[in-house]
Amino acid sequence: MTHQIHLTVNGEAVAREVEPRLTLADFLRETLDLTGTHLGCEHGVCGACTVVVDGRSVRGCLMFAVQADETSVVTVEGLAALCPQRGDAVRRGEQQLSVLQDAFRQHHALQCGFCTSGLLTTAHALLAETPDPTPDQVRLAISGNLCRCTGYIPIVEAILDAARRLRE
Amino acid sequence: MPNRYFAARHSNALPVGAAVKAAAFDYLAPRTLDQALTALSAHGDDAKLLAGGQSLAPVLALRLANPAVLIDLNRVAGLDRLQTDGAGDMHVGAMVRSRTLELSPEIARAQPLIHAAMPWVAHVQIRNRGTLGGSLSHADPSAELPAVAIACDAVLTLRSLRGEREVAAESFFKGLFTTALAQDEILTSVRFPGWPATRRCGFIELARRHGDYAIVGVALTVDIDDSAKVTAARLVLFGASDMPMRARAVESALIGERADSALAARAASAAAAGLDLRSDHQASAEYRRELAQVLTRRALVQAFSAPAATVAGAPPGIAGGQQ
Repeated sequence: MTHQIHLTVNGEAVAREVEPRLTLADFLRETLDLTGTHLGCEHGVCGACTVVVDGRSVRGCLMFAVQADETSVVTVEGLAALCPQRGDAVRRGEQQLSVLQDAFRQHHALQCGFCTSGLLTTAHALLAETPDPTPDQVRLAISGNLCRCTGYIPIVEAILDAARRLRE
Repeated sequence: MPNRYFAARHSNALPVGAAVKAAAFDYLAPRTLDQALTALSAHGDDAKLLAGGQSLAPVLALRLANPAVLIDLNRVAGLDRLQTDGAGDMHVGAMVRSRTLELSPEIARAQPLIHAAMPWVAHVQIRNRGTLGGSLSHADPSAELPAVAIACDAVLTLRSLRGEREVAAESFFKGLFTTALAQDEILTSVRFPGWPATRRCGFIELARRHGDYAIVGVALTVDIDDSAKVTAARLVLFGASDMPMRARAVESALIGERADSALAARAASAAAAGLDLRSDHQASAEYRRELAQVLTRRALVQAFSAPAATVAGAPPGIAGGQQ
Protein backbone atom coordinates (compact mmCIF):
# COMPACT_ATOMS: atom_id res chain seq x y z
CA MET A 1 0.00 0.00 0.00
CA THR A 2 1.36 3.41 -0.92
CA HIS A 3 0.86 6.70 0.88
CA GLN A 4 0.49 10.19 -0.51
CA ILE A 5 3.00 12.66 0.98
CA HIS A 6 3.22 16.44 0.65
CA LEU A 7 6.43 18.15 1.63
CA THR A 8 8.78 20.95 0.71
CA VAL A 9 12.14 20.01 -0.75
CA ASN A 10 14.64 22.84 -1.21
CA GLY A 11 11.77 25.31 -1.19
CA GLU A 12 9.63 23.53 -3.76
CA ALA A 13 6.34 21.86 -2.94
CA VAL A 14 6.47 18.15 -3.73
CA ALA A 15 3.64 15.57 -3.71
CA ARG A 16 4.31 11.89 -4.38
CA GLU A 17 2.98 8.41 -3.72
CA VAL A 18 5.50 6.41 -1.69
CA GLU A 19 5.83 2.89 -0.40
CA PRO A 20 6.28 2.93 3.40
CA ARG A 21 9.63 1.15 3.29
CA LEU A 22 11.20 3.79 1.04
CA THR A 23 13.76 5.73 3.07
CA LEU A 24 13.92 9.51 2.84
CA ALA A 25 17.40 9.21 1.29
CA ASP A 26 16.18 6.82 -1.41
CA PHE A 27 13.15 9.05 -2.03
CA LEU A 28 15.41 12.05 -2.61
CA ARG A 29 17.80 10.11 -4.85
CA GLU A 30 15.53 7.76 -6.78
CA THR A 31 12.19 9.56 -6.87
CA LEU A 32 13.30 13.20 -7.01
CA ASP A 33 16.64 12.54 -8.72
CA LEU A 34 18.48 14.63 -6.12
CA THR A 35 21.59 12.48 -6.11
CA GLY A 36 23.71 14.93 -4.11
CA THR A 37 22.57 13.07 -0.99
CA HIS A 38 24.87 10.06 -0.82
CA LEU A 39 24.33 6.62 0.64
CA GLY A 40 27.24 4.88 2.32
CA CYS A 41 26.35 2.35 4.98
CA GLU A 42 22.54 2.63 4.86
CA HIS A 43 22.26 1.78 8.54
CA GLY A 44 23.06 4.99 10.33
CA VAL A 45 26.80 4.87 10.84
CA CYS A 46 28.50 6.97 8.16
CA GLY A 47 26.50 10.20 7.96
CA ALA A 48 26.83 10.57 4.17
CA CYS A 49 23.04 10.77 3.78
CA THR A 50 22.55 13.64 6.26
CA VAL A 51 19.82 16.08 5.21
CA VAL A 52 18.09 18.88 7.10
CA VAL A 53 14.47 18.23 8.09
CA ASP A 54 12.60 21.14 9.68
CA GLY A 55 15.91 22.79 10.53
CA ARG A 56 17.59 19.78 12.11
CA SER A 57 20.19 17.47 10.65
CA VAL A 58 19.02 13.86 10.38
CA ARG A 59 20.20 10.62 8.82
CA GLY A 60 18.25 10.26 5.56
CA CYS A 61 18.63 6.48 5.72
CA LEU A 62 17.03 6.22 9.18
CA MET A 63 13.82 8.02 8.33
CA PHE A 64 11.13 6.81 5.97
CA ALA A 65 9.89 9.15 3.27
CA VAL A 66 6.34 8.68 4.52
CA GLN A 67 7.47 10.23 7.82
CA ALA A 68 8.61 13.37 5.97
CA ASP A 69 4.98 14.20 5.13
CA GLU A 70 4.33 17.88 5.94
CA THR A 71 8.00 18.64 6.61
CA SER A 72 10.52 20.92 4.95
CA VAL A 73 13.65 19.17 3.69
CA VAL A 74 16.89 20.82 2.59
CA THR A 75 19.52 18.82 0.72
CA VAL A 76 22.97 19.81 -0.49
CA GLU A 77 21.36 20.93 -3.77
CA GLY A 78 19.38 23.54 -1.85
CA LEU A 79 22.15 25.11 0.19
CA ALA A 80 23.29 27.77 -2.29
CA ALA A 81 19.94 28.98 -3.55
CA LEU A 82 17.64 28.69 -0.60
CA CYS A 83 19.48 30.01 2.38
CA PRO A 84 19.47 33.79 2.42
CA GLN A 85 20.13 33.76 6.15
CA ARG A 86 23.44 32.14 5.35
CA GLY A 87 24.73 35.31 3.69
CA ASP A 88 25.12 36.00 0.01
CA ALA A 89 25.92 33.03 -2.11
CA VAL A 90 29.25 33.14 -3.87
CA ARG A 91 29.58 32.92 -7.63
CA ARG A 92 32.45 30.86 -8.99
CA GLY A 93 32.22 30.87 -12.74
CA GLU A 94 28.90 29.27 -13.58
CA GLN A 95 28.47 27.71 -10.15
CA GLN A 96 26.74 29.29 -7.26
CA LEU A 97 27.96 28.17 -3.85
CA SER A 98 26.82 28.99 -0.36
CA VAL A 99 29.38 30.64 1.89
CA LEU A 100 29.87 27.30 3.61
CA GLN A 101 30.39 25.47 0.32
CA ASP A 102 32.82 28.15 -0.82
CA ALA A 103 34.78 27.79 2.43
CA PHE A 104 35.02 24.01 1.82
CA ARG A 105 36.40 24.76 -1.64
CA GLN A 106 38.93 27.32 -0.39
CA HIS A 107 40.18 25.13 2.47
CA HIS A 108 40.41 21.93 0.39
CA ALA A 109 37.92 20.36 2.81
CA LEU A 110 37.19 17.51 0.43
CA GLN A 111 39.09 15.09 -1.71
CA CYS A 112 36.89 12.34 -3.14
CA GLY A 113 33.75 14.25 -2.17
CA PHE A 114 31.64 11.29 -1.11
CA CYS A 115 31.06 12.49 2.46
CA THR A 116 30.90 16.16 1.51
CA SER A 117 27.16 16.63 1.09
CA GLY A 118 26.53 15.08 4.51
CA LEU A 119 29.18 17.27 6.11
CA LEU A 120 27.76 20.38 4.44
CA THR A 121 24.20 19.72 5.59
CA THR A 122 25.42 18.86 9.10
CA ALA A 123 27.53 22.04 9.28
CA HIS A 124 24.70 24.09 7.78
CA ALA A 125 22.38 23.01 10.61
CA LEU A 126 25.14 23.62 13.17
CA LEU A 127 25.76 27.20 12.02
CA ALA A 128 22.04 27.99 11.97
CA GLU A 129 21.87 26.93 15.62
CA THR A 130 25.34 28.02 16.78
CA PRO A 131 26.65 30.92 14.67
CA ASP A 132 29.92 31.21 16.62
CA PRO A 133 31.02 27.65 17.40
CA THR A 134 34.28 26.72 19.09
CA PRO A 135 36.59 24.28 17.30
CA ASP A 136 35.48 21.58 19.78
CA GLN A 137 31.81 22.27 19.07
CA VAL A 138 32.54 21.86 15.36
CA ARG A 139 34.38 18.57 15.97
CA LEU A 140 31.50 17.26 18.08
CA ALA A 141 28.93 18.35 15.51
CA ILE A 142 30.65 16.45 12.69
CA SER A 143 31.59 13.43 14.81
CA GLY A 144 28.80 11.45 13.13
CA ASN A 145 30.18 12.01 9.63
CA LEU A 146 32.90 9.70 8.39
CA CYS A 147 35.51 11.11 6.01
CA ARG A 148 38.31 8.81 4.91
CA CYS A 149 40.31 11.36 2.88
CA THR A 150 40.91 14.62 4.66
CA GLY A 151 41.76 13.81 8.26
CA TYR A 152 39.03 16.35 9.14
CA ILE A 153 41.37 19.27 9.86
CA PRO A 154 40.55 21.23 6.69
CA ILE A 155 36.84 20.49 7.25
CA VAL A 156 36.94 22.00 10.73
CA GLU A 157 38.89 25.00 9.37
CA ALA A 158 36.36 25.49 6.60
CA ILE A 159 33.38 25.43 8.95
CA LEU A 160 35.03 27.87 11.35
CA ASP A 161 35.93 30.17 8.45
CA ALA A 162 32.38 30.03 7.09
CA ALA A 163 31.06 30.89 10.55
CA ARG A 164 33.36 33.93 10.66
CA ARG A 165 32.33 35.10 7.20
CA LEU A 166 28.65 34.65 7.96
CA ARG A 167 28.88 36.68 11.15
CA GLU A 168 30.49 39.65 9.35
CA MET B 1 17.20 -11.40 16.41
CA PRO B 2 18.75 -9.33 19.18
CA ASN B 3 22.12 -11.03 19.26
CA ARG B 4 22.70 -10.80 15.55
CA TYR B 5 21.51 -7.24 15.61
CA PHE B 6 23.75 -6.46 18.53
CA ALA B 7 26.79 -7.83 16.76
CA ALA B 8 26.00 -5.95 13.55
CA ARG B 9 25.28 -2.69 15.28
CA HIS B 10 28.23 -2.75 17.59
CA SER B 11 30.85 -3.79 15.10
CA ASN B 12 29.73 -1.21 12.50
CA ALA B 13 30.05 -4.00 9.98
CA LEU B 14 27.31 -5.63 7.98
CA PRO B 15 26.80 -9.37 8.31
CA VAL B 16 27.95 -11.12 5.17
CA GLY B 17 25.26 -11.00 2.51
CA ALA B 18 23.11 -8.56 4.47
CA ALA B 19 20.42 -6.59 2.73
CA VAL B 20 20.28 -2.88 3.41
CA LYS B 21 16.72 -2.22 2.32
CA ALA B 22 13.74 -3.00 4.51
CA ALA B 23 11.21 -5.62 3.46
CA ALA B 24 7.73 -4.31 2.73
CA PHE B 25 5.49 -3.37 5.66
CA ASP B 26 2.23 -1.54 6.21
CA TYR B 27 2.45 1.84 7.86
CA LEU B 28 0.03 3.33 10.34
CA ALA B 29 0.34 6.87 11.70
CA PRO B 30 -2.20 7.20 14.53
CA ARG B 31 -2.97 10.69 15.84
CA THR B 32 -4.08 9.68 19.32
CA LEU B 33 -2.77 7.29 21.92
CA ASP B 34 -6.04 5.34 21.83
CA GLN B 35 -5.68 4.81 18.09
CA ALA B 36 -2.11 3.63 18.61
CA LEU B 37 -3.11 1.24 21.40
CA THR B 38 -5.98 -0.13 19.33
CA ALA B 39 -3.69 -0.73 16.37
CA LEU B 40 -1.08 -2.39 18.57
CA SER B 41 -3.71 -4.59 20.18
CA ALA B 42 -5.12 -5.58 16.78
CA HIS B 43 -1.79 -6.45 15.15
CA GLY B 44 -0.02 -7.91 18.18
CA ASP B 45 3.22 -9.62 17.37
CA ASP B 46 3.07 -8.57 13.70
CA ALA B 47 3.48 -4.92 14.63
CA LYS B 48 6.46 -2.84 15.73
CA LEU B 49 6.24 0.60 17.28
CA LEU B 50 8.28 3.26 15.49
CA ALA B 51 9.60 6.03 17.77
CA GLY B 52 12.76 7.83 16.65
CA GLY B 53 13.65 4.90 14.43
CA GLN B 54 17.39 5.23 15.02
CA SER B 55 17.69 1.59 16.11
CA LEU B 56 14.61 0.16 14.40
CA ALA B 57 15.43 1.50 10.92
CA PRO B 58 18.81 -0.31 10.84
CA VAL B 59 17.13 -3.48 12.15
CA LEU B 60 14.68 -3.29 9.24
CA ALA B 61 17.37 -2.37 6.72
CA LEU B 62 19.44 -5.38 7.75
CA ARG B 63 16.26 -7.49 7.77
CA LEU B 64 16.90 -8.68 11.29
CA ALA B 65 13.19 -8.11 11.88
CA ASN B 66 10.39 -8.14 9.34
CA PRO B 67 7.28 -6.72 11.02
CA ALA B 68 4.12 -6.70 8.90
CA VAL B 69 3.05 -3.33 10.33
CA LEU B 70 4.86 -0.29 11.66
CA ILE B 71 2.88 1.91 14.05
CA ASP B 72 4.50 5.33 13.94
CA LEU B 73 4.20 7.21 17.24
CA ASN B 74 5.60 10.47 15.84
CA ARG B 75 2.20 11.99 15.17
CA VAL B 76 0.50 10.85 18.36
CA ALA B 77 -0.57 13.95 20.27
CA GLY B 78 0.69 14.50 23.80
CA LEU B 79 3.69 12.13 23.92
CA ASP B 80 6.31 14.85 23.54
CA ARG B 81 5.61 16.91 26.65
CA LEU B 82 8.23 17.80 29.21
CA GLN B 83 6.85 19.24 32.44
CA THR B 84 7.54 19.57 36.15
CA ASP B 85 4.73 18.82 38.63
CA GLY B 86 3.96 20.48 41.97
CA ALA B 87 6.16 17.98 43.84
CA GLY B 88 9.17 18.87 41.67
CA ASP B 89 9.13 15.61 39.72
CA MET B 90 9.83 15.91 36.02
CA HIS B 91 7.55 14.10 33.58
CA VAL B 92 9.14 13.40 30.23
CA GLY B 93 6.93 12.12 27.41
CA ALA B 94 8.18 9.00 25.66
CA MET B 95 8.54 10.85 22.34
CA VAL B 96 10.68 13.67 23.72
CA ARG B 97 13.78 13.61 21.54
CA SER B 98 17.30 13.22 22.87
CA ARG B 99 18.24 16.56 21.37
CA THR B 100 15.45 18.23 23.34
CA LEU B 101 16.76 16.68 26.56
CA GLU B 102 20.27 17.82 25.66
CA LEU B 103 19.32 21.45 25.03
CA SER B 104 16.60 21.93 27.66
CA PRO B 105 17.61 24.49 30.34
CA GLU B 106 14.98 22.95 32.61
CA ILE B 107 16.63 19.52 32.36
CA ALA B 108 20.07 21.06 32.95
CA ARG B 109 18.79 22.70 36.12
CA ALA B 110 16.44 20.06 37.50
CA GLN B 111 17.92 16.77 36.24
CA PRO B 112 21.70 17.22 36.02
CA LEU B 113 22.44 13.55 35.35
CA ILE B 114 20.35 13.52 32.16
CA HIS B 115 22.10 16.71 31.08
CA ALA B 116 25.53 15.21 31.80
CA ALA B 117 24.78 12.04 29.85
CA MET B 118 23.29 13.52 26.67
CA PRO B 119 26.50 14.58 24.88
CA TRP B 120 27.61 10.94 25.07
CA VAL B 121 24.50 9.66 23.27
CA ALA B 122 25.46 8.86 19.66
CA HIS B 123 25.77 11.87 17.32
CA VAL B 124 23.74 15.02 16.82
CA GLN B 125 21.85 13.63 13.79
CA ILE B 126 20.81 10.60 15.85
CA ARG B 127 19.85 12.73 18.86
CA ASN B 128 17.72 14.90 16.58
CA ARG B 129 15.46 11.89 15.93
CA GLY B 130 16.02 9.44 18.79
CA THR B 131 13.60 9.54 21.72
CA LEU B 132 13.71 8.76 25.43
CA GLY B 133 10.94 6.18 25.15
CA GLY B 134 12.53 4.53 22.14
CA SER B 135 15.87 4.12 23.88
CA LEU B 136 14.31 2.69 27.04
CA SER B 137 11.99 0.32 25.15
CA HIS B 138 14.78 -0.89 22.89
CA ALA B 139 16.89 -1.69 25.98
CA ASP B 140 20.29 -1.83 24.37
CA PRO B 141 22.62 -2.87 27.22
CA SER B 142 25.22 -0.31 26.14
CA ALA B 143 22.83 2.65 25.83
CA GLU B 144 23.11 5.61 28.18
CA LEU B 145 19.47 6.49 28.90
CA PRO B 146 18.43 3.18 30.51
CA ALA B 147 21.32 3.51 32.99
CA VAL B 148 20.43 7.14 33.67
CA ALA B 149 16.79 6.19 34.31
CA ILE B 150 17.83 3.58 36.88
CA ALA B 151 20.35 5.90 38.57
CA CYS B 152 17.61 8.56 38.86
CA ASP B 153 15.10 6.00 40.20
CA ALA B 154 12.74 6.97 37.38
CA VAL B 155 9.26 5.47 37.08
CA LEU B 156 7.87 4.45 33.71
CA THR B 157 4.20 4.65 32.76
CA LEU B 158 3.02 1.82 30.50
CA ARG B 159 -0.37 2.04 28.79
CA SER B 160 -2.52 -0.55 27.08
CA LEU B 161 -6.21 -0.87 26.30
CA ARG B 162 -6.38 -2.82 29.56
CA GLY B 163 -5.25 0.20 31.56
CA GLU B 164 -2.17 1.86 32.90
CA ARG B 165 0.61 0.72 35.22
CA GLU B 166 3.80 2.14 36.62
CA VAL B 167 7.09 0.26 36.66
CA ALA B 168 10.32 1.41 38.31
CA ALA B 169 13.17 1.71 35.81
CA GLU B 170 15.12 -0.86 37.77
CA SER B 171 12.41 -3.49 37.23
CA PHE B 172 11.75 -2.50 33.62
CA PHE B 173 14.91 -3.98 32.11
CA LYS B 174 14.85 -7.77 31.98
CA GLY B 175 17.84 -8.63 29.80
CA LEU B 176 19.39 -8.11 26.38
CA PHE B 177 16.84 -6.02 24.40
CA THR B 178 14.17 -7.29 26.79
CA THR B 179 11.84 -5.22 28.96
CA ALA B 180 8.73 -5.54 31.11
CA LEU B 181 6.58 -4.18 28.27
CA ALA B 182 3.74 -6.55 27.36
CA GLN B 183 2.96 -7.03 23.68
CA ASP B 184 0.01 -4.60 23.82
CA GLU B 185 1.70 -1.91 25.94
CA ILE B 186 3.24 1.42 25.01
CA LEU B 187 5.67 3.32 27.22
CA THR B 188 4.06 6.75 27.36
CA SER B 189 6.05 8.79 29.87
CA VAL B 190 8.84 8.69 32.40
CA ARG B 191 8.79 10.40 35.79
CA PHE B 192 12.15 11.55 37.13
CA PRO B 193 11.84 12.29 40.87
CA GLY B 194 12.79 15.80 42.01
CA TRP B 195 16.47 16.37 42.65
CA PRO B 196 17.33 17.04 46.35
CA ALA B 197 19.83 19.81 47.12
CA THR B 198 22.17 17.22 48.64
CA ARG B 199 22.37 15.14 45.44
CA ARG B 200 25.31 15.03 43.06
CA CYS B 201 25.94 12.95 40.00
CA GLY B 202 28.66 11.43 37.88
CA PHE B 203 28.65 10.10 34.32
CA ILE B 204 31.45 8.61 32.29
CA GLU B 205 31.88 5.97 29.61
CA LEU B 206 34.56 4.51 27.41
CA ALA B 207 33.98 3.86 23.72
CA ARG B 208 36.48 3.34 20.95
CA ARG B 209 35.28 6.49 19.19
CA HIS B 210 33.13 9.31 20.45
CA GLY B 211 29.47 8.53 19.77
CA ASP B 212 29.91 4.78 19.65
CA TYR B 213 28.10 2.57 22.11
CA ALA B 214 29.98 2.30 25.40
CA ILE B 215 32.22 -0.66 26.14
CA VAL B 216 31.51 0.17 29.77
CA GLY B 217 29.90 3.23 31.30
CA VAL B 218 28.86 4.46 34.74
CA ALA B 219 25.89 6.66 35.73
CA LEU B 220 25.49 7.51 39.39
CA THR B 221 23.81 9.72 41.93
CA VAL B 222 25.01 10.21 45.51
CA ASP B 223 23.44 12.17 48.35
CA ILE B 224 25.99 13.84 50.61
CA ASP B 225 24.99 15.49 53.89
CA ASP B 226 26.40 18.59 55.64
CA SER B 227 29.16 16.59 57.29
CA ALA B 228 30.31 15.28 53.86
CA LYS B 229 28.96 11.78 54.56
CA VAL B 230 27.26 9.74 51.85
CA THR B 231 23.65 9.07 52.85
CA ALA B 232 22.39 7.40 49.66
CA ALA B 233 23.83 6.14 46.39
CA ARG B 234 22.62 4.62 43.14
CA LEU B 235 25.41 3.48 40.85
CA VAL B 236 24.62 1.85 37.51
CA LEU B 237 27.04 0.12 35.16
CA PHE B 238 26.06 -0.21 31.50
CA GLY B 239 27.70 -2.01 28.60
CA ALA B 240 29.27 -4.38 31.11
CA SER B 241 26.67 -7.13 30.94
CA ASP B 242 23.36 -7.91 29.21
CA MET B 243 21.49 -5.04 30.84
CA PRO B 244 22.25 -2.00 32.97
CA MET B 245 22.92 -3.15 36.54
CA ARG B 246 23.25 -1.45 39.89
CA ALA B 247 26.59 -2.05 41.57
CA ARG B 248 25.12 -2.70 44.99
CA ALA B 249 28.42 -3.66 46.60
CA VAL B 250 29.79 -0.23 45.70
CA GLU B 251 26.65 1.49 46.94
CA SER B 252 26.79 -0.16 50.34
CA ALA B 253 30.53 0.56 50.65
CA LEU B 254 29.70 4.27 50.21
CA ILE B 255 26.89 4.68 52.74
CA GLY B 256 27.88 6.49 55.94
CA GLU B 257 31.41 7.15 54.71
CA ARG B 258 33.13 10.45 54.11
CA ALA B 259 32.97 11.42 50.41
CA ASP B 260 36.59 11.76 49.34
CA SER B 261 38.95 10.29 46.76
CA ALA B 262 40.13 7.58 49.15
CA LEU B 263 36.54 6.38 49.51
CA ALA B 264 36.11 6.49 45.71
CA ALA B 265 39.12 4.22 45.24
CA ARG B 266 38.09 1.86 48.03
CA ALA B 267 34.46 1.51 46.96
CA ALA B 268 35.27 1.21 43.25
CA SER B 269 37.25 -1.98 43.79
CA ALA B 270 33.90 -3.76 44.25
CA ALA B 271 32.44 -2.38 40.99
CA ALA B 272 32.20 -5.64 39.09
CA ALA B 273 31.26 -7.84 42.05
CA GLY B 274 28.40 -10.18 41.25
CA LEU B 275 28.06 -9.06 37.63
CA ASP B 276 28.00 -11.48 34.72
CA LEU B 277 30.40 -9.53 32.52
CA ARG B 278 30.14 -9.72 28.76
CA SER B 279 32.98 -10.82 26.52
CA ASP B 280 32.76 -9.83 22.85
CA HIS B 281 34.76 -8.55 19.90
CA GLN B 282 35.18 -5.15 21.59
CA ALA B 283 36.54 -6.26 24.94
CA SER B 284 37.02 -9.30 27.13
CA ALA B 285 35.15 -9.75 30.40
CA GLU B 286 38.45 -9.27 32.20
CA TYR B 287 39.02 -5.92 30.50
CA ARG B 288 35.45 -4.88 31.32
CA ARG B 289 36.05 -5.76 34.98
CA GLU B 290 39.11 -3.50 35.08
CA LEU B 291 37.24 -0.77 33.21
CA ALA B 292 34.25 -0.99 35.55
CA GLN B 293 36.51 -0.32 38.52
CA VAL B 294 38.45 2.53 36.90
CA LEU B 295 35.35 4.27 35.55
CA THR B 296 33.46 3.84 38.82
CA ARG B 297 36.30 5.51 40.70
CA ARG B 298 36.43 8.38 38.20
CA ALA B 299 32.66 8.88 38.24
CA LEU B 300 32.68 8.93 42.04
CA VAL B 301 35.49 11.49 42.09
CA GLN B 302 33.47 13.59 39.63
CA ALA B 303 30.43 13.47 41.89
CA PHE B 304 32.38 14.07 45.10
CA SER B 305 34.28 17.06 43.74
CA ALA B 306 31.30 18.75 42.07
CA PRO B 307 29.46 21.43 44.00
CA ALA B 308 25.99 20.22 45.00
CA ALA B 309 23.20 20.61 42.46
CA THR B 310 25.44 21.25 39.49
CA VAL B 311 26.40 19.10 36.57
CA ALA B 312 29.28 16.83 37.39
CA GLY B 313 30.18 15.32 34.06
CA ALA B 314 32.11 17.43 31.60
CA PRO B 315 30.97 17.01 28.01
CA PRO B 316 33.24 14.64 26.16
CA GLY B 317 35.96 16.30 24.15
CA ILE B 318 37.30 14.80 20.97
CA ALA B 319 40.65 16.54 20.70
CA GLY B 320 41.50 15.42 24.21
CA GLY B 321 40.93 11.77 23.38
CA GLN B 322 39.58 9.32 25.92
CA GLN B 323 38.90 10.61 29.36
